[in-house]
Amino acid sequence: MDPTRTGPTRTRSTTPPGVGVSGSDRPRLAAHVRLTFSRTRQRKALLHPETVVVLNGSGAAILELCDGRHTVAEIVTELGARYETVPDDEVRQFLARLVARRWVELTDG
Amino acid sequence: MDSPFGLLAELTYRCPLACPYCSNPLNLADYQDELTTDEWLRVLTEAEDLGVLQCHLSGGEPLLRRDLVELVAHAHALGLYTNLITSALGFSRRKAEELRAAGLDHVQISIQADEPAVSDRIAGITSFRRKIEAMGVVKELGWPLTMNVVLHRHNIDRVADVLALAEEVGADRVELANTQYYGWAWRNRAALLPSRAQLEAAEAVARAAGERLRDRMDIIYVIPDYYSRYPKPCMGGWASRQLTVTPNGDVLPCPAAQSLPLPRASVREDSLERIWAESPVMTAFRGTDWMPEPCRSCPRREVDFGGCRCQAFLLTGDAARTDPVCHLSPDHDLVAKAVEAANAGSRDDDPPLVPRPHRPGPPPVARSRPGRPGARRRPG
Repeated sequence: MDPTRTGPTRTRSTTPPGVGVSGSDRPRLAAHVRLTFSRTRQRKALLHPETVVVLNGSGAAILELCDGRHTVAEIVTELGARYETVPDDEVRQFLARLVARRWVELTDG
Repeated sequence: MDSPFGLLAELTYRCPLACPYCSNPLNLADYQDELTTDEWLRVLTEAEDLGVLQCHLSGGEPLLRRDLVELVAHAHALGLYTNLITSALGFSRRKAEELRAAGLDHVQISIQADEPAVSDRIAGITSFRRKIEAMGVVKELGWPLTMNVVLHRHNIDRVADVLALAEEVGADRVELANTQYYGWAWRNRAALLPSRAQLEAAEAVARAAGERLRDRMDIIYVIPDYYSRYPKPCMGGWASRQLTVTPNGDVLPCPAAQSLPLPRASVREDSLERIWAESPVMTAFRGTDWMPEPCRSCPRREVDFGGCRCQAFLLTGDAARTDPVCHLSPDHDLVAKAVEAANAGSRDDDPPLVPRPHRPGPPPVARSRPGRPGARRRPG
């Protein structure tokens, strides 16, 4: 995940710490974040007021399942069926980074 | 060359506010021939074709454009993330509902200070209450709310109170943006630049609040580059990620670049795609080939891209020099002197703040275009 800053130059006052993501959590995109498809780049992208994250295939697949209904465990299973090499902790780390940025929210299972 | 991610659509430079730190150009009168609705619709379509994913609708005050709802609806239909950057004057409940229905994604509302009288004095108009009401409407209609506050010598001591207000109105994000010295802010630099002690206190408050409010609010603190050791990586590199279209259709890599002595490129004369790819205003400082020393051999040249071209131009008269903010710049004394003046023990003769006019008046203030390249310019 390599966010592209598109707003003016800025820095955070704090770096959010790592957040634990458990298998029973149900992630969903935060209200101010949107998943879109960039025709020009032929990639999915995550949009935020000041930032764009162009996603790779598995990143996009994970976020498409962040609908507030699928649990993290279900997302891992689903991804495992589609990709041979998407280990459980990679999905969790990816989601944890987005949760720490408040782009993804978790609800308990 | 990459595709741009964001379009900053400066719909108009007209504004009900008169903030002395405004980044709009000094020669406001040159931008009165605003693009028509059809021209803006075409710009948005061309921007999306070019790869733009985000559309920031700004100004001046974008709500002064009667076609704002139509422009938002079009941008939304194109799939763009739409972000309104507003003073909130003119953001009535009815207008808000229309914008919501048109698909507006996000609203950023400026506030000049936490205290009504101070905020109104800096804005040059009674506006504080209306801003707070508008923030309530934003939350009520289910939008995420960003509160923008430009920090300077006259409000930076109030950061704790500003953050308390942000909490009270339920802001999801707060941008504490130290003034960047372009446009009217450049003109008012001596009056706006805070002291080191003021900055350090404000940063400590922002940091502590960031920890405390971690789960509820994003606090974005925009660094004061005059006090930095290295320059900011301005716009992520010249004409690399973003483009700006001014009210009259000029296309620029950033909103401060009007003043640079580069040939104009206008959406009235050319397509956005050609301008982005070929026009001198985009290609002049793209990449690293243009760099002088000490940037050329610097290991940070792809980290900060030599800093800001507009700042180099304003301070030295030559846009191709290293940003004087950098301590390695041969022109760094220009910044050091400004900082020194801001930290002088007694400032009995506080420079006056010149408010930007709401709209161009006759005759406009001296144009911002400096004369000969190489000429040293002093802040106005």
